[in-house]
Amino acid sequence: MIPRLELRSITKSYPGTVANDAVSLSILPGEIHAVLGENGAGKSTLMKIIYGAAQADSGEIYCDGRRIEAHNPAISRSLGIEMVYQHFALFESVSVVENIALAVKGTFDLGRLATEIEALSARYGMPIDPHRRVHDLSVGERQRVEIVRCLLQSPKLLILDEPTSVLTPQAVVKLFGTLRQLASEGCSIVYISHKLDEVQELCDTATVLRNGKVTGTAKPKESTSLELARMMVGSQLPEMHVSPSAPSAKPLLEVRGLSAPARDKYGTELTDVSLEVHGGEIVGLAGVSGNGQAELIALLSGERTHPRAETILIGGRPSGHLSAGERRKLGMAFVPEERLGRGAVPPHALWENAVLTAHRAGLVRNALVDRRRAGDFARRVIERFKVKANGPQASAQSLSGGNLQKFIVGRELTLEPKILLVSQPTWGVDVGAAAFIRQTLVDLSRAGAAVLVVSEELDELFEICDRLLVISNGRVSPPLIRKQTNREEIGLLMTRVGHGETRRTEVALED
Amino acid sequence: MRLRIEQRQEPSAQMRIAAPVIATALTFLAGSVLFAALGYDPLATLHAFFVAPINSINGLSEWLLKASPLILIACGLAVGFRANIWNIGAEGQLIIGAIAACGVGLFYPNPESPLLIPLMFLAGAGAGMAWAAIPAFLRARMNTNEILVTLMLTYIATLLLSFLVHGPWRDPAGFNYPQTALLPAAAMFEPFDYSYRLNPSIFITAVAVVIMWLFTDRSFLGYKMSVSGAAPLAARYAGFRESSAVWTGLLAGGAAAGIAGMAEVAGPLGQLSPQISPGYGFAAIIVAFIGRLNAFGIVLGGLLMSLLFLGGETVQMTLGLPAALTRIFQGILLFFLLAADFFIYYRLRLPEHA
Ligand SMILES: Nc1ncnc2c1ncn2[C@@H]1O[C@H](COP(=O)(O)OP(=O)(O)OP(=O)(O)O)[C@@H](O)[C@H]1O
Ligand SMILES: [Mg+2]
Repeated sequence: MIPRLELRSITKSYPGTVANDAVSLSILPGEIHAVLGENGAGKSTLMKIIYGAAQADSGEIYCDGRRIEAHNPAISRSLGIEMVYQHFALFESVSVVENIALAVKGTFDLGRLATEIEALSARYGMPIDPHRRVHDLSVGERQRVEIVRCLLQSPKLLILDEPTSVLTPQAVVKLFGTLRQLASEGCSIVYISHKLDEVQELCDTATVLRNGKVTGTAKPKESTSLELARMMVGSQLPEMHVSPSAPSAKPLLEVRGLSAPARDKYGTELTDVSLEVHGGEIVGLAGVSGNGQAELIALLSGERTHPRAETILIGGRPSGHLSAGERRKLGMAFVPEERLGRGAVPPHALWENAVLTAHRAGLVRNALVDRRRAGDFARRVIERFKVKANGPQASAQSLSGGNLQKFIVGRELTLEPKILLVSQPTWGVDVGAAAFIRQTLVDLSRAGAAVLVVSEELDELFEICDRLLVISNGRVSPPLIRKQTNREEIGLLMTRVGHGETRRTEVALED
Repeated sequence: MRLRIEQRQEPSAQMRIAAPVIATALTFLAGSVLFAALGYDPLATLHAFFVAPINSINGLSEWLLKASPLILIACGLAVGFRANIWNIGAEGQLIIGAIAACGVGLFYPNPESPLLIPLMFLAGAGAGMAWAAIPAFLRARMNTNEILVTLMLTYIATLLLSFLVHGPWRDPAGFNYPQTALLPAAAMFEPFDYSYRLNPSIFITAVAVVIMWLFTDRSFLGYKMSVSGAAPLAARYAGFRESSAVWTGLLAGGAAAGIAGMAEVAGPLGQLSPQISPGYGFAAIIVAFIGRLNAFGIVLGGLLMSLLFLGGETVQMTLGLPAALTRIFQGILLFFLLAADFFIYYRLRLPEHA
């Protein structure tokens, strides 16, 4: 059979790194092929080259046996190649349907397209409202938009760069069903994920990259995840130690009857939210994204303030009205879900991005930025969290997704906060680094800090949290002790009020 | 054959240096063609544009004299521009600064006091800042668009100046000309040499350049402003107040423009008249961008802009070129300069053919 896609000796270097070093691989029609590797191994770079969004320095690409010259995304789309980027490529200021219309050939009939999107997305278990502005969507929702956009085109080759990083388990199950269906119809799929169980469940073959080179191939369904992990990392995985928690007598972070209107007409209204996080424990907030997490986290971090100070207590002190900077002064740190543009300034160097939140840790003296100390701080984060980067001078946008995530998490953890808010702590981080980050969160809490983790990944929450909360439709459930609950109960709580989704769709249809 | 535009992986260091050189070469080329087509000798015209004006000590003095306010104002404006705060009303802030400084100079009880110059300096800076505080307040509190407000305030400032020199401040001994009395000697900068007009106010500009460099490159406040400009969500995430960027950006521009206005009345002008600035406040916006919002670049940009002003006058006087033609030529140069920047971030590629 003629391969759908064949790469011959693709090489690509960036200043200071060889991202792809003579990479060859071939994928048959209908094959689901995984590309595995640590953060910074060169996976995204390779995908961008296949899609034509980046140019290889040398090497050849064949599609259905024909060599692709002068490559670019438009050519890809005309050949039936579609890609979901790791860092989404959506236009923020226009609506979902307008975004998709830009990528779809031919029709600009927005009304019809919107209906199509709604039907298709509901069928795939990834409901999206076609009329919302992308700007207002959470990353989970954006990921659904990206996937639906690609599926609408009935592609011949579908590239998915970490498509499930912020999807709920239910959506992942449906997505896999869809992907298998597509594959059985002859569509080839390239699948990148750090979640090895997904890879084993879905993929027929796998290519493993390390430092830009192909280091092996595997049949995931016939290998154990330990074998796969070892091929990727090349060493043993760290083991998690979760010692029992010893919560402080008084909560360090307390929310009392917090209600807040939605950010905009599509946001979620928070209703009477109460929760407590004690020092020494990790509390997880589970929920389908778009159920009020963004609003709650913005109110907790101080990016948005609340007129009633006493609804949010930090260390017992009424803080609802305090700005993000003032809350940080009280010992709070925060890892947001968007890493580019919120957690980090994309064109700025890593040392500058260290100053962003670490300026209180002695990086600013006499109102001047101390570049040497900022550089040292960045270097410490890079070393401790094994961030693959070209030193403190590298710009944030030049880092691979997982490495930037490690840097941001590392920066906030290095501040040794008393209260830490984390959204999606291990989004896009490889197995080794994810275990390290989780361990560090546990250690931080055991040293007395209060940690609140917002995640859609139930496995992660169950691994590290002491208590779990479920948010749905702007309401937060009473706390559940992790050891006394299970995935089914949480999953039920998440979806039971899952009519949050449908409610919003109805609103959208009304106006 | 089709060319493709491609974003560079990272800004090209060679291009950063080559861009202005290429732009200059292209300008000379395009200018020569233009002049020749209209029957002027290209070489003589270029010479009259760029060399003749600064071929004498007086020429050099005029060059620096005109560059100084441009550089000073551009430094102030660039502080705001880096944070996406668009103050385009420096012209108005300059006028208000000049009015306040002149008022102090004219009406201070002791016209021989050595305190006059410092007081006028403070009045100019304060008035410029006060004028810029209006859009800052409106933007920070009511989220009005500072581009509109600063621009509209410029018209108000111009009319206020016109009212003063036609009415209450008109020099009673001035044969009804719309101008104020001359400032007393103690209220004026003493020129380095009475044959030329250059005066010590250029030191103010020099200090401003250093402060601007320190502020944007080293200070924490400058850092916060650059974060606000590059990623507003990150600024909010870190807890940097947007309003502080708005205030700092607008007040820096207002202060610089106000001081420039003071230096004009206390320097070459010596009095107020309805027309006190040949558009320094607007030209400084271009200077800030030619200089890539960077202190050193702004110095070069100011010198170039000032030379273009002088050269334009010279060719009109010596070769009789129409004013419109000189404007076109100035436009060509600025166009090429700003357009060449494109190639720092992008490149053209020929698709490789099979
Ligand atoms: N624009 C760029 N400039 C400089 N270096 C880059 C650039 N893009 C990628 N790199 C480097 O190339 C290497 C490979 O990056 P890539 O994004 O392909 O990794 P990845 O395998 O997708 O990692 P992750 O799992 O974290 O997404 C990294 O070391 C990265 O720093
Ligand atoms: Mg990647």
